[in-house]
Amino acid sequence: MIEFVMVAAGGMAGALLRFQVQRITPIMTVPLATIIVNLIGSFLLGLMIGAGIHGNLYLFGAVGFMGAFTTFSTLNVDLVKLILNKRAKPILFYTLATYIGGLLSGVAGLWIGRVI
Amino acid sequence: MVYIGVALGGMLGSLLRYILSLVTANILNDGFPTGTLIANLAGSLFLGWFTSRLIEQKKLDAVWAAAIGTGITGSFTTFSTFSLETLLLLETGHIGMASLYILISVLGGLFFAAAGYKLGSKNKSRPGVGVK
Repeated sequence: MIEFVMVAAGGMAGALLRFQVQRITPIMTVPLATIIVNLIGSFLLGLMIGAGIHGNLYLFGAVGFMGAFTTFSTLNVDLVKLILNKRAKPILFYTLATYIGGLLSGVAGLWIGRVI
Repeated sequence: MVYIGVALGGMLGSLLRYILSLVTANILNDGFPTGTLIANLAGSLFLGWFTSRLIEQKKLDAVWAAAIGTGITGSFTTFSTFSLETLLLLETGHIGMASLYILISVLGGLFFAAAGYKLGSKNKSRPGVGVK
């Protein structure tokens, strides 16, 4: 039971923080807020996994918080809107920044997490 | 009010994702991140439909739109888990599995979001371009 409470609490915090980031980020052609949460979230999840956190802390921080702070559905619906608007450069930038940036920030987090 | 909606939605979406990951890991037990993949593709399909059918046609008030779209769906799907699962697959030498995971996620996510969006915008005079 406590596992579910941890995931739910982390998920609540992560969703609220993502919502707040979306609110304060200036609106641009490329959805900067989604890039920001996904890259920071990948870095922090890498950090947690690298540092070997486990148990309830992992369920709260990794599964709940980072899982909810980052998002995949918004990324793709944003991309669909850009495609409908035929914005070739932003589409390319958004896709590459997210996927390549996400993997790189994840690696960086993992490495730093393993050192500290 | 909108914060309460996002908070409750975030709880629900995360719990659903967690339960899905437990169920798929138990059933399949093959090391492939099926749970995340299903959550991400299903969430993309739903958010595509939800955006064009309800949000852009203003059929739903802002609190419900944020609770379901940003809260539940945003939290049900996840990008950080995708990144780290991919990296851990690569690190453990599962190059083929990692490539397949990336390919299905990138192309599938876009495909399902587009399919959902198209499904929702069927009855519209003008496709929801530039509406936010």
